[in-house]
Amino acid sequence: MRPPVRRAPLILALGLLTLSLVFLLLGVCIGSTGWQAWADMQNDPVAWQIVWDIRLPRSAGAWGAGALLGLSGAVAQGLFRNPLADPYLLGSAAGASLGVCVALALLGVSPASLEWLAQIGLTGAAFAGATGAVFLTLVLARGVQHTLRLLLAGVVVGVVLGAASSLILLLQPQLLQAMQGFLLGSTAFVGWSGCVLMAVVWGLCMLAAWLFSPVLDGLALGESTARSLGLPLAPMRLGLILVLALASGTAVAQTGLVAFVGLAAPHLVRSLVRAAHAWLLLLSSLMGGALLLAADLLARSVMAPQELPVGVLTAVLGGGYLLWLMHRHSATLAGDAP
Amino acid sequence: MSTVPTPKRTQPVLRAQAVGARLGGVQVLHPLDVQFAPGGWTSIVGPNGAGKSTLLKALAGLLPHQGSVWLGERLVSEWPGRARACALAWLGQSEQVVDDLSVLDVVLLGRLPHQLWLGKPDARDLAVVEKYLRLTQAWDWRHRSLGALSGGERQRVLLARALSVEADILLMDEPLANLDPPHQADWLEIVRGLRARGTTVVSVLHEVSMALQADALVVMAQGRITHHGACADPQSHRALEQVFDQRIAVHAVQGQWVVIPTPSAPGPSPISTAPGAPL
Repeated sequence: MRPPVRRAPLILALGLLTLSLVFLLLGVCIGSTGWQAWADMQNDPVAWQIVWDIRLPRSAGAWGAGALLGLSGAVAQGLFRNPLADPYLLGSAAGASLGVCVALALLGVSPASLEWLAQIGLTGAAFAGATGAVFLTLVLARGVQHTLRLLLAGVVVGVVLGAASSLILLLQPQLLQAMQGFLLGSTAFVGWSGCVLMAVVWGLCMLAAWLFSPVLDGLALGESTARSLGLPLAPMRLGLILVLALASGTAVAQTGLVAFVGLAAPHLVRSLVRAAHAWLLLLSSLMGGALLLAADLLARSVMAPQELPVGVLTAVLGGGYLLWLMHRHSATLAGDAP
Repeated sequence: MSTVPTPKRTQPVLRAQAVGARLGGVQVLHPLDVQFAPGGWTSIVGPNGAGKSTLLKALAGLLPHQGSVWLGERLVSEWPGRARACALAWLGQSEQVVDDLSVLDVVLLGRLPHQLWLGKPDARDLAVVEKYLRLTQAWDWRHRSLGALSGGERQRVLLARALSVEADILLMDEPLANLDPPHQADWLEIVRGLRARGTTVVSVLHEVSMALQADALVVMAQGRITHHGACADPQSHRALEQVFDQRIAVHAVQGQWVVIPTPSAPGPSPISTAPGAPL
């Protein structure tokens, strides 16, 4: 037998990269001042600032956050062997929300008026909350050996931390508006420092996930079979959970709770190509980046010069996509029935 | 399907010493000793809940257990993961396999223990995979996804995956599930081929007539081994009949041992067949 030649993943990767570049270019051109800022940026320092300090970092940041969510979605779905698993499954979203809520309560101000140091503090709080929640899930599940216990612990942590956030908001209702911005998800506050942070985390997580990818391939055959193949499940599962926590925590810290990108990106990739996880992880990440960047473009242009929270758009579009997927799946099943 | 005889090799002996297991606070396997003849085929049979699958999982090192399982001179748990995987292959019962993997990808995963980490399958891996895909008659649909196959077809692919490990010892838990009679006969040919080349085979089977085609029979009930002997030994047949409450009888038909169900003992039937009677 000749080795199986698989060009489709490479073609899809190149296609997604090209698409992302086109979207990035569009992201630089679109805004409240329209294409003018792009045309005037050589002569007008204000136009330069709009393009270089606002549009470019937020577009690159949208891609980065989407890529992190796509990667963590593919890791979560492979790890839990469940196509409905999403990056927030282990409580990272509720943890990040609580982190931001606590930080806002301590600072007592809204994010728009914060100085850059406080912005970093807010990002750090979201990240600490996300990783803390995942750690709590691991403690409650008593390790990573049992998938079902992990999922249940994640649900419990999500509910309890969500309740804690609600309690803080009840006691300090002036934080509600600021928190709403976070919960709806937005790329408006992503700066160059956030972009650099996300790029570094993406590099680290992608490398680690790629190294651990044979475990995800083996897990597709079931836990017992994976173990019988000599795969070191426990340490690598822990490594993958850390990747999941770091990638989703970093994305949430930068852009708030962006829904459905992490869930839909691996689905889209799998509907286009069939590949081992070494490819699937990279492709899901590229797909996530392209998806969130496209959603950001739409959010900025649908009601221009007003802007929609990108999280609302991804929720509507992603939810619609999942419904369509379910409809198609049930139609296929009905077609297969004798 | 055809068999692939190759010269016999020296195999490590698989043996359990005082192996027991608790599941959910219940002692489902009481401490027992058993040893499997290298290069032979042993069938494990018994009624539901006898502890057959638990014993097989403990032997494969896939279940926390009491006592010791030895593979050659070392405990199974002390073997490095990949070396153990090359020595001991496993075919599980009703494993939930992700549907969107292709048949070829599934069977290639059987070669994982032989490859470098993140390495690509080499010519030998591909040749082995092709051999077992053809042997299980799954070659023609190698590019189809697992989700598009019937239960029996899936089982043949999973068997090809376990065979492609080419381990010295092969443990199979209900490998005939979903297979139709012709493919059950093909499976028998494959196992005989493995035995001919010196592979130790241990299988948990509910098809008792098939189980009697093995060299040795382990009969289990309520977490204990009630008998371990040669399949041709009349004592093994008596033990088999006894463990199934005399509801089966072993007969010789055309030189083979065949199990035939026997009518239930006289008395009221558990299910009334009177017209209109409530079930």
